[in-house]
Amino acid sequence: MADQKEKIVEVKHLKQYFNIGKKNEVKAIDDVSFYIYKGETLGLVGESGSGKSTTGRSIIRLYSPTDGEILFEGQDISKIKNHSKNMKKFRKEMQMIFQDPYASLNPRMKVKDIISEGLDIHGIATGKEEREEKIAELLDMVNLNPEHMSRYPYEFSGGQRQRIGIARALAVDPQFIIADEPISALDVSIQAQVVNLLQDIQKERGLTYLFIAHDLSMVKYISDRIAVMYHGKIVELASADEIYDNPLHSYTKSLLSAIPIPDPETEKKRTRIDFDHSQAFTDQHSFREVLPGHFLYCTEEEAANIK
Amino acid sequence: MDKILEVNDLEVNFNTYNGTVHAIRGVSFDLNAGETLAIVGESGSGKSITVRSIMQLLASNSDITNGSIKYHGDDLLKKSDKEMDKIRGNKISMIFQDPMTSLDPTMTIGKQVAEPLRIHKNISKKAALKRAEEVLNLVGIPNAKGRLNDYPHQFSGGQRQRIVIAIAIVDYPEILIADEPTTALDVTVQAQIIDLLKELQEKIGTSIIFITHDLGVVAGIADRVAVMYAGRLVEYGNVDDIFYNPQHPYTWGLLDSMPTLDVDENQHLNSIPGTPPNLLNPPKGDAFAPRNKYALEIDLEEQPPFFKVSKNHYAATWLLHPDAPKVTPPASVQRRFDEYKKLGETNNG
Repeated sequence: MADQKEKIVEVKHLKQYFNIGKKNEVKAIDDVSFYIYKGETLGLVGESGSGKSTTGRSIIRLYSPTDGEILFEGQDISKIKNHSKNMKKFRKEMQMIFQDPYASLNPRMKVKDIISEGLDIHGIATGKEEREEKIAELLDMVNLNPEHMSRYPYEFSGGQRQRIGIARALAVDPQFIIADEPISALDVSIQAQVVNLLQDIQKERGLTYLFIAHDLSMVKYISDRIAVMYHGKIVELASADEIYDNPLHSYTKSLLSAIPIPDPETEKKRTRIDFDHSQAFTDQHSFREVLPGHFLYCTEEEAANIK
Repeated sequence: MDKILEVNDLEVNFNTYNGTVHAIRGVSFDLNAGETLAIVGESGSGKSITVRSIMQLLASNSDITNGSIKYHGDDLLKKSDKEMDKIRGNKISMIFQDPMTSLDPTMTIGKQVAEPLRIHKNISKKAALKRAEEVLNLVGIPNAKGRLNDYPHQFSGGQRQRIVIAIAIVDYPEILIADEPTTALDVTVQAQIIDLLKELQEKIGTSIIFITHDLGVVAGIADRVAVMYAGRLVEYGNVDDIFYNPQHPYTWGLLDSMPTLDVDENQHLNSIPGTPPNLLNPPKGDAFAPRNKYALEIDLEEQPPFFKVSKNHYAATWLLHPDAPKVTPPASVQRRFDEYKKLGETNNG
């Protein structure tokens, strides 16, 4: 069944190094391969410094990958030149929602100008009337009052700003959205509002999401499949339920054991699992499919034992 | 139990270009010796302002218009700056949220950890550094001796937060105020820091006021919990009271909007509609009423008083008035009530 699903994004052996050849060379992404099915949400979790945000930024080509391929609808986009025609075409299909709703909106631009920047660049909705109509429609879609389009970002709360960021991403009618910790900066009561909105829009428009986060309970809720990153590598990838019910990598287990649960009795009984990474990244380790649809960074022997 | 801190009817205003913001609108609570009190609330609810009032670290445009903060019976609000200097960082100390900005980047960590001792105690530099080394060991900095002369940028985020904690506890404070100490950290590091705070509390008997918006963290660390909304407490009680027998609809909403790991993905998450009120013009009734689907007419008119639920458990909602209609809380909260009954049976049986 899985084979019949269409893959919208395919990442093959992606490497993203910084300061190459220097003393402080960083292998932010070190040979990562995965794919995303059309219409699904792939959750990408990991700690700060694990490379999860870099992965998102490489896919949307905010960086130029050091090595490997990024296929978007079958076409390799890893080597497209900046400012080329192809880049412009592909940027319309792929959009990003950023973590910090305070830093990601230009404070000197009105909401309508923030949202319509993409429209103007891609020549969608030309003419003042058509443009404002489209902006109003977008604001309405994210449950903001279209009458507020002439306001500035500071006049909105954090949750409302994140809605503006979502409206901006949706403006050019993309197929694929990378959401980089879109709710981490929001209050608990507002997080649920934004997640519900993202899911409604996904259903309505058949969007595909890469949802990057460190809040594991929210990722479980929103994702169809989850990839767990550690030190520039994906150590485990499986369906959301499988990751939670049958985690195989000891790092995944340690991560799951650290999630605080709002229940004092559960917290009293909690035992935390520590992860020892000294044996986890040898030459014998590679990324293998150990159970149908369940990928694990492990040795051949470990894989055989699981099978 | 010994009350070491009593906050009574605290009111704090901020004077801004747009007018007076009524940030704290009558907050009262106690802190007992050796306990951990968690203050929970959203950004803007006033939890940080409350603890900054205790430390007298408010911004210059603030104005404490009412109330008292008694530390061993002595009102801190009547103390001069000089007198407060003797208390801050010595008897009462604070851990700030962001370990990246609360350390001095140009000062070695040995010096920073030893600084409170040099200020408060008549102690030699050498002895202070020795003590700094002990405390850095205590908070789990490996090879503390060799790292006294290192600078903050040479440490990871989790280690920096450990250093911030070391500074706060170096003089064995009676009260430790932790303002979202783990919010900027990864979950695994967060778990370590929480374990560390619990361990330190056992070792040195400090009382902790722990501020957070994460109910999961609260469940793991608190003895008592106070829930804050729009500059007031709406509910407080023992940790089990708040998690298994919550009474205020805002507490219900907070608990209900957390996704649990067994939540059905096809359903919408429960969320609290709307946004918190603007405290330039605080509403006259229950501030949560406009977002509260259980609100009664009186909620919009009159501020509810605290009703007693059980021995240490109080909630400010008109729903607890004897004449109030019975409402059915969200399903997830009802499951918590069931848990509460079971707990009661095991405790009595």
